[in-house]
Amino acid sequence: MIGIVGYGAYLPRYRIKAETIAQQWGSDPESIKRGLLLNEKTVPGQDEDTITISVEAAKNALKRARINPQEIGAVYIGSESHPYAVKPSGATLVDALGIGPHVHVASYEFACKAGSEAMYVAYSHVKAGEMKYALGIGADTSQGAPGDALEYSASAGGAAFIMGKENVIAEILFTHSFTTDTPDFWRREGEFYPRHAGRFTGEPAYFKHILGAGRALLEKSKLSPKDFKYAVFHMPNGKFPQEVGKKLGFTKEQLETGWIVPWMGNTYSGSSPTGLAAILDEAKPGDLIFMVSFGSGAGSDGFILKATDELPKVQNLAPKVRDLLNNNKIYLNYGEYAKFRKKIKVNE
Amino acid sequence: MKNVARYHREIPQRYRLEAGKCTNCGYIAFPPRLICPKCKSKKFETIRLSDEGKILTYTIIRVSAEQFSKQTPFAVGIIELNDGVRLTTQIVDTDLNNIEIGKKVKIVFRKVQEDGKAGILCYGYKAVLV
Amino acid sequence: MREVVVIGAGMTKFGELWNKSIRDIFVEAALKAIEDAGVDYIDSMYIGSMSPGLFTEQEHIGALMADYLGITPVPATRVESACASGGAAFRQAFLEVASGASNIVLAGGVEKMTDAEDVTAALATAADQEYEVYQGITFPGLYALIARAHMHQYGTTRKQLAEVAVKNHRNGAKNPNAQFGFEVTLENVVNSTMVADPLRLLDCSPVTDGAAAVIVASAEVAKNIKKDFVRVIASAQASDTIALHSRESFTKLGSVVKAAEKAYRMAGIKPKDVNLVEVHDCFTIAEIVVSEDLGFFEKGKGGEAVEQGLTSIEGGKIPINTSGGLKSKGHPVGATGIAQIIEVYEQLLGKSGARQVKNARIGMTQNMGGSGASCVIHILEVK
Repeated sequence: MIGIVGYGAYLPRYRIKAETIAQQWGSDPESIKRGLLLNEKTVPGQDEDTITISVEAAKNALKRARINPQEIGAVYIGSESHPYAVKPSGATLVDALGIGPHVHVASYEFACKAGSEAMYVAYSHVKAGEMKYALGIGADTSQGAPGDALEYSASAGGAAFIMGKENVIAEILFTHSFTTDTPDFWRREGEFYPRHAGRFTGEPAYFKHILGAGRALLEKSKLSPKDFKYAVFHMPNGKFPQEVGKKLGFTKEQLETGWIVPWMGNTYSGSSPTGLAAILDEAKPGDLIFMVSFGSGAGSDGFILKATDELPKVQNLAPKVRDLLNNNKIYLNYGEYAKFRKKIKVNE
Repeated sequence: MKNVARYHREIPQRYRLEAGKCTNCGYIAFPPRLICPKCKSKKFETIRLSDEGKILTYTIIRVSAEQFSKQTPFAVGIIELNDGVRLTTQIVDTDLNNIEIGKKVKIVFRKVQEDGKAGILCYGYKAVLV
Repeated sequence: MREVVVIGAGMTKFGELWNKSIRDIFVEAALKAIEDAGVDYIDSMYIGSMSPGLFTEQEHIGALMADYLGITPVPATRVESACASGGAAFRQAFLEVASGASNIVLAGGVEKMTDAEDVTAALATAADQEYEVYQGITFPGLYALIARAHMHQYGTTRKQLAEVAVKNHRNGAKNPNAQFGFEVTLENVVNSTMVADPLRLLDCSPVTDGAAAVIVASAEVAKNIKKDFVRVIASAQASDTIALHSRESFTKLGSVVKAAEKAYRMAGIKPKDVNLVEVHDCFTIAEIVVSEDLGFFEKGKGGEAVEQGLTSIEGGKIPINTSGGLKSKGHPVGATGIAQIIEVYEQLLGKSGARQVKNARIGMTQNMGGSGASCVIHILEVK
């Protein structure tokens, strides 16, 4: 059996409400909350970035996996906000957690699907018998340009998954990836904020790729949506995942547990992985889980997982996503938010 | 520019709280030392410190060196970890009025300094209230 | 050891001396001391300075000052012990004369702080750079950690801290060399800007330019030069851990306790025999803690003592910081230890004017570096 042996999430404590942002730009808070189904989003502290978020998420994954960190053979961090343009985020993480130095490390980038990519490669290494354990992480501290629609969603957080063969808590049964050149969202080298193609990000991008990977997965597995207890999709806002789920044949109830975006925002590479972590917090042995990520540019990675008898033993060994989401929140006003996110010009 | 070698050599202590435990008298040196201040032994084993502790004393820095001037006001305290070792660290992610002597904290991994816009990022430990 | 005496003193006014360089101020103080002593040569020179490199980008100031004082090839050495550099320089001069190696030695101190870009960062190098300062702590912050612990453990109050500032400004108002020679009220102190809770701006010594110098000589030689001099009856120094967090207690300064024990033993006196003391009040809490650790008050009672006026010039018990202290007189770090010697020297010779302590016969100086990792104590006596 091959799959997840430990998982962990991390979300910063800071929040900003959708209405706080809307008021700043003279927009109608209610129409944004209704249109995008977003209430508030996480904001990283001034001392947090993709590396620190990855370390905290991986710490939680290690608590659940209960393994010697030295046995981890690969560490992959997927993010569109790696703190360095050149220098691997994972190198800092392995030294912080006592992994390695005999370890393979890489930074991945594929807009919002870099996290599932890291999971996919980590899983493949273990499946190939290359190593005992591999760690895949999706984490981001995404930036939306001030006044842009993305500012309501771009948030911070991440989830980490340790793949292995012993004491598997969620077996990975099937995977599938789907990729085309679709320029719906991008950030050129040296630019601070990303650009997006407006409504083009919907049907030809998000929906086409998730449906492409999702339908292929169902075909491959010969399973139908009703066989699943849970489903989670990339969550750029509240609405898209609900619509894509419906198109694939999933019900609102199946989506509910992993649908954390209204209170978390879009954690980009951490989005569907953190949704999956929220599902693993609740799932019972035998439950089937359907997950499809989406990354602009564009592509999707899909996974079908099955919770094992080991899962209940580890669920309480580290903080659950809902607790991270609901507890110890510190709300920021727009000025504090602008300072935290370095949107104010200062003398260096 | 910060000297990279100087930052690099402190990584084991700052990233994962590595300390030296005297194999003769049990004294824990953080950061590690070459000679035990208690029994003068020179034999140590490497251990990792507990990541939980309590606040012994604290202050709120309102006027800082340039490096930290965008972060003021921020709290710095002396923390006693569960294994008895004490260290000086920032206490973050809290309303500053919530900090009190005796309160329990947990050590987290954070960015501590930045060398301008183009230099290295410097990471290490900080504390958050439990 | 030979008997060692101080035969002359000189200092600049302390303050923001925008038009004067580090060499200008040192030479000014040194010349005054040489003229005051009436000597026509010196055998060597020690200069206490914490960080001319960080403050003014000038190291090697021993030779620089010998050059500008026009005394080359006299040996000249900079002595560094953070804010205790001045006291340490005086101690080197004392030891050199006591040993018989030299007869007349100049002990000076200088700091030109207003030339620095980031004074807070420069001063912070006196703490553990990798394990305290890396986290953003400052010197006001370190003493705030001590203050918070002292208040928590002994019930020392915000008002008692303020009383130190009020008393020292009252004394400093009578000192023409003081940087902030004006009085402040309790209200001024407790309403001043917060710097590092619970310490406010008026709990802190200022950023200061200044220099001070004294001439140390063997008693033998002094007799032929000058009639009025004071004897150095104790010189003691002690160290402690560089990081505050490494100490068993944050409310007791071990280096002060140890140096004081040695100094009292060497002088053959007890705390009650001391008529006045200049202590290192870089922050108000420091004066309270040091007044306890020098044995003038029971541990934890230093706050009450200042509140009751026991440390004022007329207070009866022990006048502390008659000069105004670092708080009011100013704190050009390397010069401070020498300026403390000058205050006691002048007090013992009855030259202190409006702030004169009556019948002062024995005076003490306590100079410290960092959060107390270095402490230098001297005891002076006039016959």
